[in-house]
Amino acid sequence: MSDEEDDIILSELDDEELVQQMFDDLYDGLKEEIEEGVNILLERGWTPYDILTKALVGGMTIVGHDFRDGILFVPEVLLAANAMKGGMAILKPLLAETGAPRMGKMVIGTVKGDIHDIGKNLVSMMMEGAGFEIVDLGINNPVEDYIDAIKREEADILGMSALLTTTMPYMKVVIDTMVEQGIRDDYIVLVGGAPLNEEFGKAIGADAYCRDAAVAVETAKEFVARKHNQMSAG
Amino acid sequence: MSDALSRALASRDWLLADGATGTNLFNMGLQSGDAPEFWNEDEPEKIRNLYRGAVNAGSDLFLTNSFGANASRLKLHDAGHRAYELSKLAAELGREVADAAGREVIVAGSVGPTGEIMGAVGTLSHESAVEMFEETAKGLMDGGADVLWVETISAPEEFRAAAEAFANIGAPWCGTMSFDTAGRTMMGVTSSAMVEMVEALPNPPLAFGANCGVGAADLLRTVLGFSATGTERPIIAKGNAGIPKYVDGHIHYDGTPELMGEYALMARACGAKIIGGCCGTMPVHLKAMREALENREPGPRPSLEEIAETLGGFSSDSDGTGEDATEGRARRGRRRSKAD
Repeated sequence: MSDEEDDIILSELDDEELVQQMFDDLYDGLKEEIEEGVNILLERGWTPYDILTKALVGGMTIVGHDFRDGILFVPEVLLAANAMKGGMAILKPLLAETGAPRMGKMVIGTVKGDIHDIGKNLVSMMMEGAGFEIVDLGINNPVEDYIDAIKREEADILGMSALLTTTMPYMKVVIDTMVEQGIRDDYIVLVGGAPLNEEFGKAIGADAYCRDAAVAVETAKEFVARKHNQMSAG
Repeated sequence: MSDALSRALASRDWLLADGATGTNLFNMGLQSGDAPEFWNEDEPEKIRNLYRGAVNAGSDLFLTNSFGANASRLKLHDAGHRAYELSKLAAELGREVADAAGREVIVAGSVGPTGEIMGAVGTLSHESAVEMFEETAKGLMDGGADVLWVETISAPEEFRAAAEAFANIGAPWCGTMSFDTAGRTMMGVTSSAMVEMVEALPNPPLAFGANCGVGAADLLRTVLGFSATGTERPIIAKGNAGIPKYVDGHIHYDGTPELMGEYALMARACGAKIIGGCCGTMPVHLKAMREALENREPGPRPSLEEIAETLGGFSSDSDGTGEDATEGRARRGRRRSKAD
């Protein structure tokens, strides 16, 4: 790249320009620039929550849309998520201190019998990028693990992932158990994985099937907002 | 010097490959979550039957039960150290079945992905990947495979690592990628980009192509993309038998044998020379494919519309090749570079 790239000094940009620049830097997966940008905004008195939502989540939303639309692919998204993570590492302790509102918490894992976790990891990264808290149960989770975790973590969302046509029916086992325990409606249940489709999601009683990580983020936001509205209405 | 696959490619207009490994094994009682490769040791007769299913249905070539037989995948079953021996067993059983077939049948040693992410933010280095692939490849060749066959790859880095491993042991090989994301691989590789990558390798494969992915229609769009580059390297088409549907608590692939017969014909007309199935493809499908390929005339190259009409629609409007490619990425570009 040319020297001209170094001409911009982040700290010399005004707030609006800096946020735009951070969108670009997230898009290009530039971690150090994102960390620098976050620190500058903090010095300028931005709240950690505003930095998270306006700069980082805003930038990751663009990444998510282009991923959804087949303009960006996994390698670029991984780089962007990595840059986001750099910014989040600075913000996380501050967010806790300032008691910023939570986007929501998601427990996620691949179902029993399924050890394929790339898709699940992508969803985790994109959800974190969107400001959600993620509790990652890893691979091969029996129903007890999911249910213990959503209760223990007071999660808003349960996410289940399966790559195999032979393991995807296990999602229904988990949902049926939640119904039996009378806790199904306490959680938003999102499912995903290559062989799934919307029809399957409906058939097993999930709230939604998410085609990819970007859709998972959009869907999670939508359902969490709906849940909040219901709570304030009730 | 010449290997069995090169000879077959030189003397035949098309070759019928095999169908699904997983779908067939699950029907034989494999439990989800178990490593199919353990059956090479514990249930060898079932693995022989898997191979015989393809051979008896008319396959000229079948893949060994070693898709997950690499250190990284086997580690998840506490068997990371067994990649060589389980691969060797898979090929030995294959050799046995092929030699008893009474005609030339090629044993292709299946090499699946590591399941790890490589590249800039990945966890697997090039060196480790080459080492892993080499271990599996050695086992397969020592067990009597005619050719190595890396499949379902998404990342160019991983494809190149496999190629390097095969070069290290001097084995002939084929390679297919899985195009499941808007007509590209998960890592964004288009059909034409794969051709470029393959041709740039110091040890290019005997044949290359696509397997798995979304449905048979998408797969043929990818094959059209390969042949549109003008490549003369033999093309492999291994598509799924339709789309998985959830029926009464079970998963069912909706592609009928008749449909897979049509798919095989269209694959040949699109330019594929090695034609087989992937998930959901059973011996009954292979039989229908063989019959179609043997008894029906090769038609003209089908249009995308004709493919969609026969096999169903595509999962995305574009696959990132041809005129679409000029759209490029809507990357905003760094403001820094513009602000001079």
